[in-house]
Amino acid sequence: MSKAEMAKTAVVTGIGVVAPSGIGIEEHWRSTLAGELRVRPIESFDASGYDTVLAGQVDGFNVEDHVDARLVVQTDRWTWMSLAAAQLALDDAKYDPAAYDPYQTSVVLSAGSGGNEFGQREIQALWSKGRTAVSAYQSIAWFYAASAGQTSILHGTKGPASVLVSEGAGGLDSLHAARRVIRRGTPTVLAGGTEAPLSPYALACQIANGRTTHSRDPREGYQPFDVHANGYAPAEGGAVLVVEDEQTALERGAQQIYGEIAGYRATHDAFHHENPAPDSRQLIRAMRGALADAQVRPEQVGLVIADGAAVPALDTQEAEAIRTVFGICAVPVCAPQGFIGRLCSGGGALSVATALLALRDGVAPAVGNLTQPVPWYGLDFVRQPREMEKDVVLVIARGHGGFNSCMVVKRYREGQR
Amino acid sequence: MTGGARRTVVTGVGVVAPGGTNREAFWKLLTAGQTATRRITFFDPADFRSQIAAECDFDPKAAGLTPQEIYRNDRFVQFALAAADEAVAQSGLDFVSGHGVDHDAVAVSMGSAVGATTRLEDEYAVVSDHGRNWLVDQRYGSSFLYQALVPSALATEVACRYRAHGPAAVVSTGCTSGLDAVGYGHQLIVDGDADVVIAGATDAPISPISMACFDAIRATSARNDDAGHASRPFDATRDGFVMGEGAAVLILEEAEHARRRGAEVLCEIRGFANRCNAYHMTGLRPDGVEMAEAINAALAEARIDPTQIGYVNAHGSGTIQNDRHETAAFKRSLGNHAYRVPVSSIKSMVGHSLGAIGAIEVAACVQSIRHGVVPPTANYEHSDPECDLDYVPRQAREHRVDVALSVGSGFGGFQSAILLTKPGWGL
Repeated sequence: MSKAEMAKTAVVTGIGVVAPSGIGIEEHWRSTLAGELRVRPIESFDASGYDTVLAGQVDGFNVEDHVDARLVVQTDRWTWMSLAAAQLALDDAKYDPAAYDPYQTSVVLSAGSGGNEFGQREIQALWSKGRTAVSAYQSIAWFYAASAGQTSILHGTKGPASVLVSEGAGGLDSLHAARRVIRRGTPTVLAGGTEAPLSPYALACQIANGRTTHSRDPREGYQPFDVHANGYAPAEGGAVLVVEDEQTALERGAQQIYGEIAGYRATHDAFHHENPAPDSRQLIRAMRGALADAQVRPEQVGLVIADGAAVPALDTQEAEAIRTVFGICAVPVCAPQGFIGRLCSGGGALSVATALLALRDGVAPAVGNLTQPVPWYGLDFVRQPREMEKDVVLVIARGHGGFNSCMVVKRYREGQR
Repeated sequence: MTGGARRTVVTGVGVVAPGGTNREAFWKLLTAGQTATRRITFFDPADFRSQIAAECDFDPKAAGLTPQEIYRNDRFVQFALAAADEAVAQSGLDFVSGHGVDHDAVAVSMGSAVGATTRLEDEYAVVSDHGRNWLVDQRYGSSFLYQALVPSALATEVACRYRAHGPAAVVSTGCTSGLDAVGYGHQLIVDGDADVVIAGATDAPISPISMACFDAIRATSARNDDAGHASRPFDATRDGFVMGEGAAVLILEEAEHARRRGAEVLCEIRGFANRCNAYHMTGLRPDGVEMAEAINAALAEARIDPTQIGYVNAHGSGTIQNDRHETAAFKRSLGNHAYRVPVSSIKSMVGHSLGAIGAIEVAACVQSIRHGVVPPTANYEHSDPECDLDYVPRQAREHRVDVALSVGSGFGGFQSAILLTKPGWGL
């Protein structure tokens, strides 16, 4: 690639959120700042017999309002939320792919576990009724590329598509992959991801990882960085963003530019297939790499949106990494997902959406559901929303098995480069 | 890791494929024009429309996996670890002592279309008590069920095996996953995100649910009484693809990095591009426009003229629509050269292993460039007026290959193309 291509700036011009915090950015942002706890007992099926009963669920998601009925029967809930988030993002950006050359727009999403409920239903049909009971749509609904493929078809986008799977880190990986696509000449990319892991089999699979909360009381459930941290509550939903080449966005008179995707770095602990690494070296390397990529110094960062696993060993490691890079209590740290649960591959993109809204309004949201921070973490946890003056937010997203992805978003100023 | 023209070279190849579970056995099968398709043995397929597949006779223990690696991982991960070991050994990279290797600069880019679907189904039969209970009983599940649920476990297992601390991800774009994972790895090197990438793809989808879901849309061949001849890409009597399984892993390396350590370079990756048809999840228009666009974009990145291509490794799945679509794409992107260049589909021999096959096909291209032999399209007997190129019928052909093109096409409308050359070709 030429230097001019590498220097292309990727900006975010539209945000679509479908998450337990709300549908659409304003409801997401309002409930996040209000600190509304959206983790509660699972309602879509009787989970009372499971070790984990708490989850973040999207209220008031009427799929018919977002997805054509013919498409609804061909797709899983995970794809419904992805299609809805993509449409919200396009509407927000006032960008209609159909108005442009089809090769000018791409879809690059993350996926964590695919079409869970659809897949369970069809395996159930196969094993209880035989192979002729399996839906003709199983082959296109369950696999990890289903949402990206359907999005591309629905919006007529022919640019390079991709689907990245790296558990909780995937959302950030897809946003950086969008940057790669932009640098290679496709100016507009739908990027981000969603997750729908709240069906019986997917929940059972998650419980097997030993990191989900066994609490029955939402207030004592998912508590990142708390002395009572006891695992995460799974959650559904996520975010899709419209990521654009800066020049293209300016030329088409984009509605708004929320900010710049200024830096990114991913590493892998490569230590053990499930146990946390003994140190935070690789997470630190990802954080510093993202800052270097964005050409910002730690003191320019106004907020860190942490991964907040709420598993003591992982929280300890993340706190150590933040302390090492920024110093003791040197940067405000939040983890608003404590209010809504852990969205796996939907979480990274949602955290970036939150970061951009924090920059827009100059407000840092709080750590969700934090009652008693672990004092020796030595971090300045945001307990109540507070003013934020600086122009840079660092987002951390980690994935089960050792994925560390970090992204730096910057307030956008025209001609800043 | 920054600077101008970073190039991607291949210094290692590992393969687990039907008919031979290592690189040399795989190449022997292909050059002999033998087919590895047979009646399914993994379960009783009697109730299924398509009862045939290309199965791997894979022994994970013989492949060097430990009992715990075998126990916790689905077959698709086991394949990948075996193929990766073979690729790493060929590359000469010493990940054990770490001598000469900066582990922080080693990335993992692994493709898979359906991940641990086989294990998820097997476990489901237990936790649901044979599909009786929707509210499954979590106590009957394996303690490694989560690794089955999230296919990212594949990238983790590979990263942990070689202590690869660079960026790691699974690329999952259905049947183009293999090409896309190798292409993504190539981009990681070009962009300076890694000096070495363990890149490839794997799938092990020969399970009742996978066979049933393709039965439901009649995408697979039902030539059950003649399994050895069921996969017949480009043949006028083709009637669907034959399911396969397997893995291939390549060691991609920044050219200067490979040169400095004196590694033998097997070939180079010069261009990669992918596009979507934005048309239909499973349907293809006969004109091949979007695949042609992907090929053109890959040629542009590689600065290669279509007439310089010496071999086209086709997607050639053996469905009526694919082979027609693809033939049109070759004519559209390569012009008259499409009629002159040998085009073949190794799926005729090793079946269609969904996300894995793209990487396996790239591995075949590497061998083709090295050995000057083009693998055939087995079972090709009857010409189809809509597929009128040189498909290298039934017998491998000695043919110098400086530049190879490999393409893929998959559910979701994904179309991908990659270009490989002899080391240093045209520089």
